Amino acid sequence: MPANFMPSAAEYFRFAPEIILTIVGTLVMILEAMTGDRDKSSLGYVSLLGLAAAMAAAVAANNDPGLAFQSMIIVDGFATFFRVLVLGVGMLTILVSTNYLSEAKANSGDFYALILFSVVGQSLMACANELIMIFIGIEISSIASYILAGYLRDDRRNNESALKYFLMGSFATAFLLYGVAWIYGLTGSTNLGEIRTVLSHGTAPTAMVGISAALMLVGLAFKVSAAPFQVWAPDVYQGSSAPISAFMSAGPKAAAFAVMVRVFYTSFDSISNQWEPVFWIMSLATMVIGNFAALQQRNIKRMLAYSSIAHAGYVMVAVTSHSAVGTAAVMFYLASYCLMNIGAFAVVTWMARDGEKFVEVDDFSGLAQKQPFVTAILTVLILSLVGVPLTGGFFGKFLVFKAAIDSHLMWLAILGLLNSAVAAYYYLRVLVVMYFREPGASTVNLPPVAGTLRVAMLVTTLGTIALGIFPGLILGFATQSSTLGK
Amino acid sequence: MITINHYMAVSAALLLIGTVGVMTRRNIVVILMSIELILNAVNVNLIAFSKYHNQVTGQVFAIFVIAVAVAEAAVGLGVLIAMFRNKGTVQADEVDLLKW
Amino acid sequence: MHSLWLIPIFPLVGFLINGMLGRRFSKTVINTVAVGSVVLSFLWVLKALSALAPLNETYVEHYFTWISSGTLDIGFDFAIDRLTMVMLLVVTGIGSLIHVYATGYMAHEGGYYRFFAYLNLFMFFMLTLVLAANYVLLFVGWEGVGLCSYLLIGFYFLKKSASDAGKKAFIVNRIGDFGFSLAMFLIVISFGTLDFQKVFAKASTISPEVQYGSITTICLLLLVGAIGKSAQIPLYVWLPDAMEGPTPVSALIHAATMVTAGVYMIARSATLFERAPIAMDVVAYIGLATAVMAATIGLVQNDIKKVYAYSTVSQLGYMFLGCGVGAFSAGIWHVVTHAFFKALLFLGAGSVIHACAGEQDMQKMGGLMKKIPITFAVLFIAAMAIAGVPPLSGHYSKDAILMAAHARAPWMYWVGVVTAGMTAFYVFRSIFLTFFGEYRGKAHPHESPAVMWVPLAVLAVLSLIGGYAFNIPEFLSPVLPMHGGVHDESLATIATAAGLAGILLAAICYLFVPSIPGALASAFAPIYQTLYDKYYVDELYNVSIVKPIANGSREILWKGADVGVFDALVNGAGTTSMALGGLLRKMQSGNLRTYASWVLIGILLVMGGFAVYGGAK
Repeated sequence: MPANFMPSAAEYFRFAPEIILTIVGTLVMILEAMTGDRDKSSLGYVSLLGLAAAMAAAVAANNDPGLAFQSMIIVDGFATFFRVLVLGVGMLTILVSTNYLSEAKANSGDFYALILFSVVGQSLMACANELIMIFIGIEISSIASYILAGYLRDDRRNNESALKYFLMGSFATAFLLYGVAWIYGLTGSTNLGEIRTVLSHGTAPTAMVGISAALMLVGLAFKVSAAPFQVWAPDVYQGSSAPISAFMSAGPKAAAFAVMVRVFYTSFDSISNQWEPVFWIMSLATMVIGNFAALQQRNIKRMLAYSSIAHAGYVMVAVTSHSAVGTAAVMFYLASYCLMNIGAFAVVTWMARDGEKFVEVDDFSGLAQKQPFVTAILTVLILSLVGVPLTGGFFGKFLVFKAAIDSHLMWLAILGLLNSAVAAYYYLRVLVVMYFREPGASTVNLPPVAGTLRVAMLVTTLGTIALGIFPGLILGFATQSSTLGK
Repeated sequence: MITINHYMAVSAALLLIGTVGVMTRRNIVVILMSIELILNAVNVNLIAFSKYHNQVTGQVFAIFVIAVAVAEAAVGLGVLIAMFRNKGTVQADEVDLLKW
Repeated sequence: MHSLWLIPIFPLVGFLINGMLGRRFSKTVINTVAVGSVVLSFLWVLKALSALAPLNETYVEHYFTWISSGTLDIGFDFAIDRLTMVMLLVVTGIGSLIHVYATGYMAHEGGYYRFFAYLNLFMFFMLTLVLAANYVLLFVGWEGVGLCSYLLIGFYFLKKSASDAGKKAFIVNRIGDFGFSLAMFLIVISFGTLDFQKVFAKASTISPEVQYGSITTICLLLLVGAIGKSAQIPLYVWLPDAMEGPTPVSALIHAATMVTAGVYMIARSATLFERAPIAMDVVAYIGLATAVMAATIGLVQNDIKKVYAYSTVSQLGYMFLGCGVGAFSAGIWHVVTHAFFKALLFLGAGSVIHACAGEQDMQKMGGLMKKIPITFAVLFIAAMAIAGVPPLSGHYSKDAILMAAHARAPWMYWVGVVTAGMTAFYVFRSIFLTFFGEYRGKAHPHESPAVMWVPLAVLAVLSLIGGYAFNIPEFLSPVLPMHGGVHDESLATIATAAGLAGILLAAICYLFVPSIPGALASAFAPIYQTLYDKYYVDELYNVSIVKPIANGSREILWKGADVGVFDALVNGAGTTSMALGGLLRKMQSGNLRTYASWVLIGILLVMGGFAVYGGAK
């Protein structure tokens, strides 16, 4: 090998967020062993600092965009956007978790380390420019989240959730890998750009390329919980601890969408006539299943799980539009979705209390009278999930459907709008019970809102409102970064 | 002469066996093994393609896959043990606390 | 800059203060904040208007670019022209009066601070709606007022009927909102902008044969939105139920302001509607049909608020008729005069209900004239106004609409005249039943406090002179040119005569020969019953839409799926959506191997999809 095998400093700089997170994660595990029986909240703050440092590194890396490590890593606006997003999700998750873990007497450095490692995987997914890196990123993220899903070992719901997530996840990823192997076989490369070049010649057998792309889509669709690969999501989100559900419904999903957009817009651009119709159907099916199945849910975690499936459907609509506007819509929607979903799960975390006894929608009865602060928070978040103007959720939907219409996907846009009208009904029930019911047993002895949790609630809520009033905050950056593979 | 197609056929067969295993077996340990089988199908493919293209990429990839598969198996067994301690079963059909 | 943004911000601040801290405040503080904020924005409206007079051109304030995506730019802009000005004065003026009234009316209710917080929030959204310089911002207000309306209808949430009514309003309005959002997308496609001025400028330049088709579609979709918000056929069903809310809410939201948002939106989009003759016709037909139907229902209702609710639906129909025949400014005129006399009717009714200790059934009232004379006087004025007796306010606006209708098609005029007669009849029926004869109830009626009757008096003055004093069509002529409808003395006389005849008939039936109504009701029992039961529309919707779908899907699923599905359906119950949801959630059976099968099926489907579309290449 020639001398230039050693990566340059600039390349390490571009990879700095992942490096920082890995070091901090390892450090937290060592500290965990050293601190013994003492309170572990401080480890949470160490992890927060690590994430903040990684976020700073990610932003700094964007000043010098480019490739790294033999084009395995790419730092561009798109990658930076998703890196910052998943890092932010990690920070919010830690804020939501700390108090919950203390109450469950399960506060430990392992938890924070796992969050950090999972975020490493997602961050890697965001900036991977090559199929091996994508696979490694997915696996790092997933393996850590399998453990997180079953983190409370003595809770049967956690056990089952982890088992289902793990088995279904590795099953679907195996297919993704099979597709990756075929693509490698067909094109002789794992680099997204080179694959694109080879495929655009049209020499590779179309059917085989199509099947490989389909298999890759399976794995990614599973991670974003797009139909018909959404079956695991409600069980897993319901069974895991609420803070973990918040994390899993946001970070891995956003990262998987980043990969999906990058792979399909870059590498499989030339076979878009094959995947666009499939995406069309998948996005519609995802919206329908998510929204309609949510109508009958009584458990709020399960309802939010179905709603997160529906939201994945909206994002799929934007992906289907296969345009720069669509990419920007994906980015904006995911950012606002992560905020509002984590916020909603933060409220659920607070309400559920130790052992998650209060997770029914009806348990929120009369909350407006007992806890106006949390009620106001949840109201804003729910209105945003519905897509009411002046919230981030509204602009997310607006951009998604605008992207669809720009790409002449008229019917998809109309059906999507109809779906979002249906969604109002199940979200509405939460508002109804909070405002129009008398308080019941569940609102007796409400716990105080812990400081960290309060921060998470405020950040998500204010962020949601900010995105609704000043969407330009991130839309400008998203639009600049939205030309992939062009 | 054994061509690339033969390797692909073996790989496809392994994939099929693995998939059928996941669908039909009740014991979660066996399901886990079936998933490993699919990963090995991938490895066969990767090595064969690596040789075919006369590149080292595929072999490196295969090593990564093996490493990840080990980590996955470790986590999977850990999850399974946690469940076995609480529930006393490793039968897939008995895991349905969460549904609908 | 005239800082138009302050106009909606005052009530918003009021909402924030009362909503967050109201629990700890005394009623005086809450009143001061709630009423003060609305009065402040009224004053600010006056100040801005005097600074901007004569306001011959649209004045726009651009605050910041809200969203910019591709070629589409949407600003956070407020604009003010003469149409906006009229609406602003109505909303803040009537709003202030009703806020004052509410401090008296709600004095003994629980959740006092919550009520005023919601009311202020409503004002914020309503003013945003009116001031918006583009469709998106208008939609913000549109959704916001809907939300507040729904919160306020369900204010007495312990009553199941109240929270049901709230939900019904919300759900029916979603249908309208869906139409509105589709219209917005079509506007973006057709014009590449959502800004009112740019859209209308482009609409007036494009050649007829190219774009009229899409403009018609846009207008029809906008109309769907307007129908939902302004309670027209077939989406009017929520408004009568909305009377479950406190009476000041009925007056402010469900009579004077929010329900007229649909009319405002159509008038605002007049440039588009004028280029869509078909849509105009639909507006006129729907308006006329609603006016007639609601008036006939109003003839026989016994709940005083229900009578006025159907009257509101009917009068909104008039406004739609006005817009539909091209007399947009006449429609807006009626919005204004209707805001005066209908707010007065509702507040007066509230005063009556207050006096009778919560009783709403007119058959248990009577003889209240001497006991609550002020209320009687103002209600009588309001009734005269709505009956179209000259020179009261209702006479002018109704005449303007009827003249324009006659110019468009004489039969529309005649239907309108008959409706005017019915209007006069039912509203005086309510007056006679309530105030004349002997008291039939058990409570001890007493006059309301001054905070309640002073706003009534102001409204009464406005109802008296509002039509004569404010010639809205002339004022609006730079914005909304008046078409056709030359004033014809004989036609006007006929319309007035119809109103007087209605009053006379009501007097005969309910004052002089009280046996007539009973005899008529039994002679025409089927008709009476049909009207009394509101044409069975609610039942019809239940039977024709809700139930068959539920039953049908139950049948299919009963035969097609396992018993588990059926159980889930029965438990979840209700509509198709529920049924579909019940079916879809069964995918998540909880069984691992079923999940694996789904994944495998999915893989095969996705591969199949790729293969099919790959082959079609």
